[in-house]
Amino acid sequence: MSTRRRTFLGLTAAALAAPALVRAQGAAKVVVVGGGFGGATCARFLKRFAPALAVTLVERQKTYTACPFSNEVIAGLRPLERQQFGYDGLARSGVTVATTAATAVDPAARTVMLADGTRLAYDRLVVAPGIDFDWTALPGYDEKAAERLPHAWKAGAQTLLLRRQLEAMRDGGLVVIAVPAPPYRCPPAPYERASQIAWYLKNSKPRSKVLVLDAKDSFSQQPLFRRAWSDLYPDLIEWVPLSQGGNVTSVDPATLTLETDFDSHKADVANVIPPQKAGALARLAGVADRTGWCPVEPTAFESTLQPGIHVLGDAALAGAMPKAASSANAQGKACAAAIADRLAGRPPQAPRLVSGCYTLAAPDYGFSLVGVYRPDKGELREVPGAGGASPLDSDPVLRAQEARYAEGWFRATTGEIFG
Amino acid sequence: MRRRLAAALAASLLFAGTARAADAPPGAWSCTGCHALSSAPSVPPNPIPALTGRPAVEIAGIMREFKSRGRPATVMGRIALGFSDAEIDAIAEWLARQDH
Ligand SMILES: Cc1cc2nc3c(=O)[nH]c(=O)nc-3n(C[C@H](O)[C@H](O)[C@H](O)COP(=O)(O)OP(=O)(O)OC[C@H]3O[C@@H](n4cnc5c(N)ncnc54)[C@H](O)[C@@H]3O)c2cc1C
Ligand code: HEC
Repeated sequence: MSTRRRTFLGLTAAALAAPALVRAQGAAKVVVVGGGFGGATCARFLKRFAPALAVTLVERQKTYTACPFSNEVIAGLRPLERQQFGYDGLARSGVTVATTAATAVDPAARTVMLADGTRLAYDRLVVAPGIDFDWTALPGYDEKAAERLPHAWKAGAQTLLLRRQLEAMRDGGLVVIAVPAPPYRCPPAPYERASQIAWYLKNSKPRSKVLVLDAKDSFSQQPLFRRAWSDLYPDLIEWVPLSQGGNVTSVDPATLTLETDFDSHKADVANVIPPQKAGALARLAGVADRTGWCPVEPTAFESTLQPGIHVLGDAALAGAMPKAASSANAQGKACAAAIADRLAGRPPQAPRLVSGCYTLAAPDYGFSLVGVYRPDKGELREVPGAGGASPLDSDPVLRAQEARYAEGWFRATTGEIFG
Repeated sequence: MRRRLAAALAASLLFAGTARAADAPPGAWSCTGCHALSSAPSVPPNPIPALTGRPAVEIAGIMREFKSRGRPATVMGRIALGFSDAEIDAIAEWLARQDH
């Protein structure tokens, strides 16, 4: 910035307090890559908190397909259309929506390259690309194998493929779900999926079984799931932990066989949830570390590896917060507030974030895991004494109530992002 | 020169605009992920009760009851315990001011 401009900007106190908001070419620019729960929330709230900011959302798909409740689609309880959202609401709120992929980031020049050849300049970049699968981690399981053994861990065509396979399966068939070691997107979702598939089998193919092969020895809300399974699906779901040979070491797509440390399982339908890492753009932007995930500071979600770049949602290492849509939504707002504050020359305030993840073990059987988080000693930690899971001993009325509230959460959250 | 003056003016407007982020106390925007922040009735109605348009003292009073487990709740007891009484009052006042 030239001395002359600096002097000029010094003319008003507001401009002084807002050095980055006004640049030579006008309003400050924020580019958000990824229009999921994290990125789309952030873009929308940036416009809300700082209406004059130029906010561009780069999202490669025209229509977003949400994962929460996609296990109900697999069970045949919900059309996929209820999972789908367009970006018109964001456009109406003043966000510029670019329907194309981001292909490269130049942190020094502060530019993002897009697949359509455009180069976007930014003052702040927000990266929320979700997850990518590690196609090298599980021998036999690659993108082609996923057409035979769906992951259904990104909602859309894969969700419908798994649904069709279950419909086509004979009564008495074996459904195998392979669960990776953490961290992965949505810790309780594999067990919700086992429950939802069991619901379908119990009602339509009661002689069938679900076998969960797990690369760990315990899982999120395990007592609640065990209770639900014995209440609802006795003898229908078998869970094999790591210590009993649950770890899947290779798959054979031709025969639908999954090898574990101890055993070999031939499936009628196999749902393989592969190991995961932050979406590719995170690596291209230099914000992913050796673990494949992105370390951030806990107030503005700014990368600790690349100043000026913020990382949200599943891609981020967000301390104690689970990789969940409700976390990504809370983070999107906190990040937007911090960016608006920074660009206005104000120190961002420490956020308080709430995540509330619902599980539906059956259409009328819901429970939840809640967390309240704040920055503490450099990372997001739970506020002691708050949060936790639904009580293990709860009557059916409360479980049914939580199932209805789950739908309420989905509608409120998707409404404030996409509505 | 005129363009620069316009820019400076825009900056002061922007400053006014961004006051809304700082305006919300920590945690306030977490409530709206479940409690839709719209006075327009949703169709079908959202099973999670709306909070907009309700007096701050009422919201704050209910939150204290959730905290002390004096009011039955599925999730709100676990959430309310994450906030001090002063934080609850600030959020309740902010929620009561939201009328869009
Ligand atoms: C079966 C299942 C059930 C779940 N249930 C729940 C639940 O009940 N509650 C809950 O809270 N969470 C749930 N989750 C987790 C939730 O879906 C994720 O945590 C959430 O989607 C994370 O949001 P995100 O914005 O980080 O990533 P995403 O939602 O994956 O969004 C990332 C977006 O970025 C885009 N993108 C990526 N790279 C680029 C690029 N280079 N250029 C342009 N665009 C790009 C993608 O197209 C995508 O739209 C569930 C997940 C699964 C798999
Ligand atoms: C995870 C979803 C969720 C979040 C986040 C959430 N609430 Fe709630 N809230 C509910 C549900 C569900 C109820 C119904 C009571 C229950 O079962 O817990 C409720 C009830 C309430 C009520 C009582 C309303 C009435 O008329 O009885 C108040 C007040 C309230 N919440 C305030 C808040 C505040 C303030 C916040 C933010 C700090 C918040 N809530 C965050 C889900 C949520």
